[in-house]
Amino acid sequence: MGDSLLFSLKLSVQVATVATVFVVIVGLSAAYLLSRKNFLGKELLDILLTLPLVLPPTVIGYYLIVLFGRNGLLGQYMYTWTGWSIMFTWYAAVLASFVVALPLMVKTTRAAIESVDENLINASYTLGHSEWWTALKVILPLARKGIIAGTILSFARAMGEFGATLMLAGNLPGKTNTMPLAIYSAAASGDRSEANTMVLLFTLISGLFLYLANKLTKRVI
Amino acid sequence: MGLSVNIKKAVNGFKLDAQWEINDELAVLFGYSGAGKSMTLQMIAGLMKPDAGAIHLNGKSVFDSAAAVNLPPQARSFGYVFQDLALFPHMTVRENILYGAHGLSKSERDKRCRDMMERFMIAGLENKYPNEISGGQKQRVALARALIRRPDALLLDEPFSALDAPLRSEMRNFLKEIRREFPIPVVLVTHDLTEAVALADRLIIMANGRVVQAGTPTEVLNSPSSPEVELLINTRDQLLHAISDRRQ
Repeated sequence: MGDSLLFSLKLSVQVATVATVFVVIVGLSAAYLLSRKNFLGKELLDILLTLPLVLPPTVIGYYLIVLFGRNGLLGQYMYTWTGWSIMFTWYAAVLASFVVALPLMVKTTRAAIESVDENLINASYTLGHSEWWTALKVILPLARKGIIAGTILSFARAMGEFGATLMLAGNLPGKTNTMPLAIYSAAASGDRSEANTMVLLFTLISGLFLYLANKLTKRVI
Repeated sequence: MGLSVNIKKAVNGFKLDAQWEINDELAVLFGYSGAGKSMTLQMIAGLMKPDAGAIHLNGKSVFDSAAAVNLPPQARSFGYVFQDLALFPHMTVRENILYGAHGLSKSERDKRCRDMMERFMIAGLENKYPNEISGGQKQRVALARALIRRPDALLLDEPFSALDAPLRSEMRNFLKEIRREFPIPVVLVTHDLTEAVALADRLIIMANGRVVQAGTPTEVLNSPSSPEVELLINTRDQLLHAISDRRQ
């Protein structure tokens, strides 16, 4: 395996890992709110969090540029104050992966949280435990299969992010070329052997993740 | 000391409007399903909010619409046993019971848990999970969990309905026994007349969201206040009804 391939693999894992950490934190909180609370704008939040699942990655990439680009709605302030822009850094790849992977986490964990028996939650409340403690000790442990499945699916999705990453982080060799981008470059420049190796490796890793997701979620209490 | 309940609630076309008061006695809410019995328990415990009224436990108001008081379930001292028992499937018997001992010191929790398991005849099951023990044992665990922190009142929602007849009568005796150690108001919901009469100090008959009669079982059985109550407590009539239903 060449150095560039190793770099791409390492970068992909790094980007997906960091993105997944944020996906789990934000996704779990959002799923809990959507499944257990009623509030104004709940439908809207649900749609916003699901949209990345159906929108073309280029559209997501475009929105992210509009928001976080050097002249973007938020990005311009970040740039004025710090002189730094997220564009064309590996953080941009994390941001893109986070946005596209988040819906998978929200959908899977929301279903899992909603499947927890309401009486168990009520029992915890009548036994004097706060909502926070109940979420930690009753809801999350009983929803853990869905949470694990959501985490693994999100990680796999983050590893495979291409379109939005390309628009936001670019395809800079040795800097932002994650594996899907490196595969694109190899294929475009006719480097079949490099492309073959990476495609096979990627398929193997993704397959392994799906196997792991199945294995972990089948285990009963 | 005791429990007084005065609640009104309208949901999906169903209207509940019930008032009653009990001392440190065992009250049975009896009636057909859909009479509003379980809903009443949920509102007493704070799991559902009445539209109007007041609920007082030992003179302290836990709900009072006029004074805008509505304590969350955590702040009301009720032990609650759910119809399906609601034991936590991911916790052992010991962990389930200890989960009810919220707010006690560790040594006190451990001591009480050991005592309760001994008295409730479930010692030895500490490390079993709920799906590894029998129906009767589950009942005892659910009761122990609800009582370990010595609540001011106990609410039981058809706790024995899943058991077969002999075990049900054993559990009734067991409940009477532990009443001696926990002389607090107990409200038990059932649609089983035998159970109601066997356990009740005070029988509260509900139909269509209202209390249609309340009194000692003897009073209610001897002088039903209306044909509605008469039908509810007359087993022979009910059996005859069942026969005519079969013919149709």
